[in-house]
Amino acid sequence: MSILIYAVVALTLIGVIAAALLYFTAQKFKVEEDERIGKVAALLPGANCGGCGLAGCRNLAEAIVKRGDIDGPSCPVGGNEVMTKIASVIGVEAVAAVPKVAVVRCAGSFAAAKSKSQYDGIQSCAYANSLFSGESGCRYGCLGCGDCTRACKFDAISIDKTTGLPVVDDEKCTGCGACARACPRSIIELRNKGPKNRRVFVSCVNAEKGAVAKKNCDNACIGCGKCVKVCPFEAISLDKNHAYIDFNKCKMCRKCVEECPTGAIHAVNFPPKKVVETPQNVVNVEN
Amino acid sequence: MSLLNVSGSPHVHGRESVSRIMLDVCLALLPAILVSLLCFGWGALKVLLLSVASCMFFEWCIEKFLMKRESTLGDLSAVVTGILLGLNVPSSLPWYCIVIGSLIAIGVAKMAFGGLGNNIFNPALVGRAFLLISFPVQMTLWPKPLVTRGSLFFNGINSADVDALTGPTFLGAIKQGGVEAVSNFSIMDHFMGTVGGSIGEISALALLVGGIFLLIRKVITWHVPVAFLGSAFVFAGILYLVNPAKFIAPHYHLVVGGMMLGAIFMATDMVTSPMTAAGKLVFGAGCGLLTILIRDFGSYPEGVSFAILIMNAFVPLINRGFKPHRFGVVKEVKNAKA
Amino acid sequence: MLKTFKKGGVHPPDNKISRNAAIETFPIPEIAYIYLNQHLGAPAKAVVQKGDKVKVGDLIAEASSFMSANIHSSVSGTVEKVDEWIDASGYKVPTVIIKVEGDEWNESIDRSPELVSEIKLDKQQIVAKMKEMGIVGLGGAAFPTHVKYAIPEGKTAEYLIINGVECEPYLTSDYRLMMEHSDEIIVGIQIQMKALGTNQAFLGIENNKPEAIELLTEKASHVEGITVVPLKMKYPQGAEKQLIKAITGREVPSGRLPIDVGCVVDNVGTSYATYYAVQKNQPLFERIVTVTGYPVRKPSNFLVRTGTPISKMLEAVNPDYDNCGKVISGGPMMGKALVSLDVAVTKGTSGVLMMTKGESQRHEEQNCIRCGKCLDACPMGLEPYLIASYSKLQNWDKVEEAHVMDCIECGSCQFTCPSFRPLVDYIRVGKRTVGQIIRSRNIKK
Repeated sequence: MSILIYAVVALTLIGVIAAALLYFTAQKFKVEEDERIGKVAALLPGANCGGCGLAGCRNLAEAIVKRGDIDGPSCPVGGNEVMTKIASVIGVEAVAAVPKVAVVRCAGSFAAAKSKSQYDGIQSCAYANSLFSGESGCRYGCLGCGDCTRACKFDAISIDKTTGLPVVDDEKCTGCGACARACPRSIIELRNKGPKNRRVFVSCVNAEKGAVAKKNCDNACIGCGKCVKVCPFEAISLDKNHAYIDFNKCKMCRKCVEECPTGAIHAVNFPPKKVVETPQNVVNVEN
Repeated sequence: MSLLNVSGSPHVHGRESVSRIMLDVCLALLPAILVSLLCFGWGALKVLLLSVASCMFFEWCIEKFLMKRESTLGDLSAVVTGILLGLNVPSSLPWYCIVIGSLIAIGVAKMAFGGLGNNIFNPALVGRAFLLISFPVQMTLWPKPLVTRGSLFFNGINSADVDALTGPTFLGAIKQGGVEAVSNFSIMDHFMGTVGGSIGEISALALLVGGIFLLIRKVITWHVPVAFLGSAFVFAGILYLVNPAKFIAPHYHLVVGGMMLGAIFMATDMVTSPMTAAGKLVFGAGCGLLTILIRDFGSYPEGVSFAILIMNAFVPLINRGFKPHRFGVVKEVKNAKA
Repeated sequence: MLKTFKKGGVHPPDNKISRNAAIETFPIPEIAYIYLNQHLGAPAKAVVQKGDKVKVGDLIAEASSFMSANIHSSVSGTVEKVDEWIDASGYKVPTVIIKVEGDEWNESIDRSPELVSEIKLDKQQIVAKMKEMGIVGLGGAAFPTHVKYAIPEGKTAEYLIINGVECEPYLTSDYRLMMEHSDEIIVGIQIQMKALGTNQAFLGIENNKPEAIELLTEKASHVEGITVVPLKMKYPQGAEKQLIKAITGREVPSGRLPIDVGCVVDNVGTSYATYYAVQKNQPLFERIVTVTGYPVRKPSNFLVRTGTPISKMLEAVNPDYDNCGKVISGGPMMGKALVSLDVAVTKGTSGVLMMTKGESQRHEEQNCIRCGKCLDACPMGLEPYLIASYSKLQNWDKVEEAHVMDCIECGSCQFTCPSFRPLVDYIRVGKRTVGQIIRSRNIKK
């Protein structure tokens, strides 16, 4: 019995001494830091995705507190909600930012962009990009090795096995832009999510002449300019042999979608019944 | 013409492959297996077949149901683990011990780390160590060989099972009876293999033949075995010189117990040994030193497997410490007539 | 005991099936695609326009910067357009496309067959001539020769080392050149020695070419300063740093150039081209190309004008297209797999290699078994398995720490890997990324 008592007493003593030691060391070596940093960091999602352009959430918190406002780097993942809370912590007014989503601007699926060679290397777009123009021959198109999927911290982008193209899950995408930075061909663009997640965009970025582009891919934008003419809001411009829709001007009338001869303009999340379809003019309707 | 294949250089590959390496190891173990069959008869064969089969079975199961990936049985590494595990136990070991040993070897020591290449410890040795600690009685019951040295090559396999009646091994006898027990054993018996012991460790000659084959096939390099045996010899020699009444002569150490099997087949396992020549020398020397320490001072009579396992843990450190010499790291070159 | 470099190296089967095929002059193509970036460095600037008439040897593009080279027409005819065409990199690059009409040569080129062995030009004039004639290294990298011969202040070229090693399997273009044009090569080497101001040159040849060693030793015995060094066969002996180590025993420090140990390395093909440029006033517009591989029924060595499409050459050797899975520009260890057969011959094309379907498929990648064979094979003393795994994990700091920038991408590690790991692929990704990181860091400084 006495052994038991000795043991309990000895362990308690050791515990008390260790606790006292720890307490005094913690006091002695305390690092003075703006307490707001901890508060801001607690508000951030903590995924350390790098979407803000900094190494992690903690770094963003430090940067925000150091600036004293939220006009600098911001958290695209937490979006308005989080940034408003942060603004109140550091005592400034928050201005609403438009939520964004990643959009893949290539429609060169296996069916549309026939393979003319066969890649047999590591699954890295960066490497494939350094090796050749791509299996289809299009030097602007998606290589399909999935660098974007590996960059995504939220599991929001995946390669569709039937088309070989990345597909973005609107629900999961936080618009952090990690995939866009990972893509060696800058195919992925961050666009406004749009009302009810509806958006119209040109799904091609190739800068080659129409005939060359068409030879590599059936879905390529050939720079014909029909959409530019049909657009009533002057939202579409033609640069480097492909069209681009300015999402601030676009009113989602979808006239361009019907006009496009190659189906390069995609309208997503519109109710399917409204879409006029001709065999030539297949519109990619998600959900 | 079909689609052109595009990939980065190089576009050719040598004849090396994992399965070829593993097959070479199996072939190199054949002489040792043959001697064990002659000495222990069907018991040895049963143990070997069961351990190979259960190792393969467990690897297949784990990859199929737990890891959900394609089976890697084709690389033959499970076969090698199975054979080595079988060679490291006595031929009288009950079947359930072998199955449990295989499960530990494959499941815990290999697949839990991510399969071949990612394991830190030699799977067969982990299996053996586990069995030795869990089933000390069964693991130290050494059947007497069926043949004597004189009749080794004339009798063929005896169809009768070996009696479980056993004699002590050399090292066990020394541990219990002191140095005088040496006189009961013949070093030649140990060299040829007509002694009791684990299935594969008995014949130093057969293991050496296998080792030479591996050297010729460039599966192993000379560094680990030579450093292992060399350091064991030197260290045991020093102890012998200090006190010949307490310690046995160094040349006994080299041929008895699992020394040859360990030095040639277990310590040279690619996955769990260092990469550079210098690292291999350090690793081998450490193994030799620890083996003699355990044999001469420890409570277990045999220390090869524990020595190798301990050194396995140091391999990542050795790999860090002994990097290859980089080309172009030279003292500032005197520019000719600069 | 023959000389070789000490560290690393592998022994791929040499497969020189075209070794006895004498050099044939390949017919001039109907259309020539002459790239403007046939060399390392900045692409040349076109000086011709659509509709211009050109003769063989006319300047069609001039060097755009110090690190660039002139480009001459290899055919006579009309410039169809200055456009883009696919090259061995798999991308379209600026190209002058010429429709061939006849074979009219520029009058300044001396087309007489006599050997001119007297060297009239002085040091500066020779280097100027090299620049004018667009000479680049013909070993594969196509480094502009005049840049190499502009020896930096304070450095001296002690030795000229001529690379007749041809350590790449299959290729025989250098071997045939040495066998059939040894006299020109010897004069070329003398010219190069004069340009460098050195009186010692070594010609390294591997011992799988005993006839070439014998022939050139005999030829070199008549001139002063040229020594033929037979070398023990080992890949990558033709790599600059390994060759210097093998011949002189000197080790080029990490991150430095051969000139830092007093050496200049050139390919035998470059010596041959230098001879024509300096003695015959002929620009570099043709070269020897080996067309080989097991699907090829008639392995050949052709003297080809640059700009000839590879498809034309393949037709001439009657290959089994159905059994061909891969076409490589260069050798199997360091060559580039072609995306299209429309790619044309450049100054740096040493060979066209067809591979059978079986040869061209990579095996499935397995786990690294830490055998250390890649460490033993690496001629630069690196740890390829480590660099590759760091690169796969995108841990660029560690990749840099592992000295990825020393890698010469010779492929020995991948060749020897028993787990069929694509080590070089990962190492290249790492090397490229780390290179960018270092450059941006230097800019910041």
